[in-house]
Amino acid sequence: MSTRAAPRVNPAVHGMQLGAGSDPARFILLDAITRRFSSIPPLSERLAKRITGQKASTTVVHAVEDVSLVVAKGETLGLVGESGCGKSTLGRVAAGILPATMGEARIDGEPLMRAGRKHTTRIQMVFQDPFASLNPRMRIGDTIAEGPIAHGLVKKSEAAADVVRWLQAVGLDADAAQRFPHQFSGGQRQRVAIARALAMRPDALICDEPVASLDVSIQAQIINLFLQLRRDLNLTMLFISHDLSVVRHVSDRVAIMYLGRIVELGATEDIFQNPRHPYTRALLDSAPRLAADGAPAQEIQPISGELPSPINPPPGCAFHQRCAFAQARCQQERPLLRQVDRQHEAACHFPLQETNT
Amino acid sequence: MSEVLLEVRNLATEFATRSGVARAVDGVSFDVHAGEIIGLVGESGSGKSVTGYSILGLIDPPGRVAAGSVKLDGQELVGMPRSQLRALRGRRIAMVFQDPMSTLNAVLKVSTQMELAMRAHGNPGKQEMRQRSLQALAKVGIPDPERRLDAYPHELSGGMRQRVAIAIAFLNNPGLVICDEPTTALDVSIQAQILIEMRTLVREAGVSLVWISHDLATVSVLASRLLVMYAGRLIEEGPTAEVLRRPHHPYTQGLIDSLPSRAIPGKDLLQIPGSTPSLTALPSGCAFKDRCAHATAACDTAPAQTIAPPRTWRCHHPLNMNAATAVQAAS
Amino acid sequence: MTAPIETPLRGFIREFTQDRVAVVAFVVLALIVLLALLAPWITPQDPYDLSNLVLKDARRPPGFVGSKGFTHWLGTDAQGRDLYSGILYGLRISLQVGLMAGAIAFALGASLGTLAGFAGGRTETLIMRIIDLQLSFPAILLALVLAALLGQGKWPLIAALVTAQYAYFARTAHGAASSERSKDYVEAALSTPLSSARVAFRHVLPNCLPPLIVVATVQVANSIALEATLSFLGLGMPVSEPSLGMLIANGFQYMLSGRYWISIYPGIALIVLIVAINLVGDQIRDQLNPRLKR
Repeated sequence: MSTRAAPRVNPAVHGMQLGAGSDPARFILLDAITRRFSSIPPLSERLAKRITGQKASTTVVHAVEDVSLVVAKGETLGLVGESGCGKSTLGRVAAGILPATMGEARIDGEPLMRAGRKHTTRIQMVFQDPFASLNPRMRIGDTIAEGPIAHGLVKKSEAAADVVRWLQAVGLDADAAQRFPHQFSGGQRQRVAIARALAMRPDALICDEPVASLDVSIQAQIINLFLQLRRDLNLTMLFISHDLSVVRHVSDRVAIMYLGRIVELGATEDIFQNPRHPYTRALLDSAPRLAADGAPAQEIQPISGELPSPINPPPGCAFHQRCAFAQARCQQERPLLRQVDRQHEAACHFPLQETNT
Repeated sequence: MSEVLLEVRNLATEFATRSGVARAVDGVSFDVHAGEIIGLVGESGSGKSVTGYSILGLIDPPGRVAAGSVKLDGQELVGMPRSQLRALRGRRIAMVFQDPMSTLNAVLKVSTQMELAMRAHGNPGKQEMRQRSLQALAKVGIPDPERRLDAYPHELSGGMRQRVAIAIAFLNNPGLVICDEPTTALDVSIQAQILIEMRTLVREAGVSLVWISHDLATVSVLASRLLVMYAGRLIEEGPTAEVLRRPHHPYTQGLIDSLPSRAIPGKDLLQIPGSTPSLTALPSGCAFKDRCAHATAACDTAPAQTIAPPRTWRCHHPLNMNAATAVQAAS
Repeated sequence: MTAPIETPLRGFIREFTQDRVAVVAFVVLALIVLLALLAPWITPQDPYDLSNLVLKDARRPPGFVGSKGFTHWLGTDAQGRDLYSGILYGLRISLQVGLMAGAIAFALGASLGTLAGFAGGRTETLIMRIIDLQLSFPAILLALVLAALLGQGKWPLIAALVTAQYAYFARTAHGAASSERSKDYVEAALSTPLSSARVAFRHVLPNCLPPLIVVATVQVANSIALEATLSFLGLGMPVSEPSLGMLIANGFQYMLSGRYWISIYPGIALIVLIVAINLVGDQIRDQLNPRLKR
């Protein structure tokens, strides 16, 4: 299932040499990941269409196209984008839940998948909806203990003590183990979800919008929990979110995605203070944000138009129809991700000039 | 200040639950003036959505409006017979809900749904209805309204659907529109578009807006006044900039401080300890006292509402009080 | 987090006891089951032992004192069988066959349906087309044909009933499993990683139980009615071990001649049993419904 696609960008620019072996600078390696979803119509429909001479329609959704990312050990990479940009799909490929259509994902040099199935426990996922991600009919103690017991990380006799350890690590009482998910609040359920991921002793966490469905005051608690756990356990994280201010606070580096591709990549403050891709700039301008002194949000500038469909991506640059700076070349030729500054890349033919900070 | 359009006094709404009676809205009072946009802010369980539903008379058993008065243009809405309320809804007061897919009827075309809304309050002809529908869609920024008019809701994107819902709300030129988290489920860029469109729409139509949300930043773009709710009570009110710069209630301060945009990079976010108490098990006195760093024995009695126009607050130990405000409050 | 833990089961039982009709039906059902269980001890006669039967006492009205010295409280049938004993033993058979067939159909259908819903792809298509094919035949027809082919006796009867009914469970399980399959907690379990088999049967299947239980409450009553139908038509249980259906059939010819008791009393027993099961089933269905919306 995983074929190594020829690198489309100069490896020297990325600093990436494709090879096996452990390298802390490339702890999580996503190598030319492409993930497409094709809906094949059912057999009956295909037969019917063949009989009547019509062509069977297969819609292909280009969720993720040729994405290469590297996360160093102990680093947190923020992945930002709006719905339909492919960040959740990429997160699932990185967590080993979905196999990639093309390309390969590795952790600490070893491939994530073998024969189409996830082969490692070193990378775990925390999901967005804390209620949906817990089995409503299992006590949370059993949910947390199931994985470690099944993989021999913990003996059955020690499982209960292990569960207590992880519950306390996320700020819950030991007696929570006997309860069911519906007896907890949203924030508490998310702590349980984090405990479940951590119980597998992972080296890396993929967090898919982990605070999106929580109240603001609970968000702060859970974000602080993530930061503390990251420090204590030296976790490597891929933090997916649509909320720019959350990403800014937790990430060392940020990648911006649009319609299945990375359009900008760089150090967090670089991206937020010096966005070079028009989409990043437009996204920052359109998000309401309270000023430091509490003043109400700055005047927001909406982006015109709508996200194009991932079934039929437009030719050239995916953003050109909504871009204030688009020119003829943008419609014809798709820009590749290239370096625009130290540790800062953007996929744009005419990247924005540096703004004076 | 322009005339008062909506007058809410001591509104109380309760729900009968297995574990007791929950007072989702407890003694809430505020005014909405003509042409004004106010923001009703709070987290889940604060009672902000229930306040909106109570105003429109949309509370069904096991809930009921237990006390208080809601006057629209001087007319009392609490206790109004259903038939009269129905005549009002959509005509003089309308609502936009959070999830457009459940607001819009999935099996009816957009045009049909707009016609139904128009025919509920009048008897326009087919041509006139089509004209008005197209105009309404254009006003909310829908490109190519002809095509969208004949579409079904599932053929439209989330942002488009919400715009249709807003268009329907504005169709009969109501004086007041209540919006319950209308952009929460939408992407940032779409939200930005709709916020700007709402502002223009409201200004042109002279409509008043009650914008209910948990997102302080979004609300502050539109609202000229902010109302903050906690555990069913209105704990703070004032001009947006004032409330955000110098909040008087510790909860408001905590809410603002815990926003990631206010974080100091590298340091943990300031967080409010604990969580919202269950409405059936509220502490006596101030509902926030168990989570408040400034709580004292005085907080065991519920604080009364201190009114010092343009601000009000419900706290024994308000923050950010300068000498002027303190004098005003004392008087 | 201070509320005492009420397991879903305890909450369910509490709600159940709040509906009077359901409680009465449940008590009646429990009574019937008790009577059926104790049948060998509380009946004066073993109706299956042909040597017990006295032909001279055949077709006697209720209250008749038989040659063996005991009162036939509900009369006797055409073979001299004490109807009271016959009904209790008949209830035994109805319950045994109905519950066994229901349980096996449940297990078989739920497993197949869960497998189909979870695996997807060709497996799903294959299994579900077979199920669809089977569902297009009326259950009675299937049961009739199979009972005729397999001959008389309890186990052939159960086999026929299972074949006629497992498809309903399979279809429901497939629908539930498909919708559970796409939920986050299944993805979370798979991504640990845990094996598909474990996730399908330890995570997905338990969450498909509510709709399956709903089907079960209907199908158990159906099994009993189906068995009675087959017996009435002469298939199923042998003549020497009559079930309620056969007792009714035996007495049919005597209805108009005034010997009503031979058909009526077994008929009433059957109706009471099925109605009790249906009422209990209704309550279970109603209770499971709002819970699904959580």
